[in-house]
Amino acid sequence: MSEEKVVRAERAIGRILQVGVLASAAVILVGLVLLLATGSSGYPAGAFPSDPAQVLAGLAAGRPYAVISAGLLLLILTPVLRVGISVIVFVREKDRPFVGITVLVFLILVASFLLGKVE
Amino acid sequence: MDAQLLLFVLAVFGISIGAGFLGSLLGLGGAIIVTPALTLLFGLDIRYAIGASIVSVIATSSGAAIAYIRDGITNVRIGMFLEIGTTLGAITGAFLSALVDPRFLSVTFGVLLLYSGIMMALKTKSELPEGVRNHPLSARLRLASSYRDPALGRDVAYNVDGAWGGLGMMYAAGVISGLLGIGSGAFKVMAMDLFMKLPMKVSSATSNFMIGVTAAASAGIYFLRGDIDPQVAAPVALGVLLGATVGARVMKRLKSRVLRLVFVPVLAVVAIQMIVKGVAP
Repeated sequence: MSEEKVVRAERAIGRILQVGVLASAAVILVGLVLLLATGSSGYPAGAFPSDPAQVLAGLAAGRPYAVISAGLLLLILTPVLRVGISVIVFVREKDRPFVGITVLVFLILVASFLLGKVE
Repeated sequence: MDAQLLLFVLAVFGISIGAGFLGSLLGLGGAIIVTPALTLLFGLDIRYAIGASIVSVIATSSGAAIAYIRDGITNVRIGMFLEIGTTLGAITGAFLSALVDPRFLSVTFGVLLLYSGIMMALKTKSELPEGVRNHPLSARLRLASSYRDPALGRDVAYNVDGAWGGLGMMYAAGVISGLLGIGSGAFKVMAMDLFMKLPMKVSSATSNFMIGVTAAASAGIYFLRGDIDPQVAAPVALGVLLGATVGARVMKRLKSRVLRLVFVPVLAVVAIQMIVKGVAP
């Protein structure tokens, strides 16, 4: 694999992070402004959504906490997405060892999310 | 508008800018500042402080990595190879944390900070490692690389030693991260420095790159458990992203030794406070 290909793969991975960061920051900011402007979280005191289904339901209802949590989920998923898309990048660059490495890391990450749900 | 809430959000936002800035410079998650600040200054339950700090680790990592990758300081290949160890360790640690007492967590976190501080204080004054052999595995995975160092005004090419040792240390770093909700960046930087003998800036930037994935592995679990309070995590995420973006632009122009000297006393003070909080009745 040439030096040029390595740089190209790294640039692509950097761009994924950039998109994820900007999108999540924008959503969190909207949620925070909503929270401060309305003075209400959209949930009873001390409560907030803690799974993706609740977040989506709250998001549809325009609840400030749900908007913030959606942004936080985007932020949490950005590194996971980065690993997932890296698999595609390395497949395209025909870098066998790194296809294996990134697939393995991606599977471990998916397993950790599933384990969290089971608990 | 709720004035008290606004004040809280602004204060947390401000502290988080500082956390993201320092975290991105040193290859640590902002958690090292965020967790103690939230518990000591705002009296927050350590559960929510850890939930918010894990968000700060991800924000530091992703925010800083954009600039570090563009500048070629991050070694993406080393990072991805070592992520096998950190993610496996993070799962192990996150499950242990449900079984451990928060006061014990406080003390552990404090001791951990103190240890990081000593490791950083012990750093020698050598600017770049010399005479490093390239480990056979490093050669096979093409881990050796080079980067442009503006502080030295030249390109720096480097080899990568101790690939297996580095991977083993990353598993330990992952366990600590999952257990305490921090990226344990200090351990990663140390492992890359001592085992793999990378240039300091590469260790720092590559640690920064990795801590996001380690933290994401635990963050999903924390989120589902209800430990990530939006009111706390939102200003943390935004502040840290801003701080890390600025920090990554500043770091490449600095010599790491200066930064360490500034940061070590801060670490020591915070560490002692955390230990006291955990031990006090």
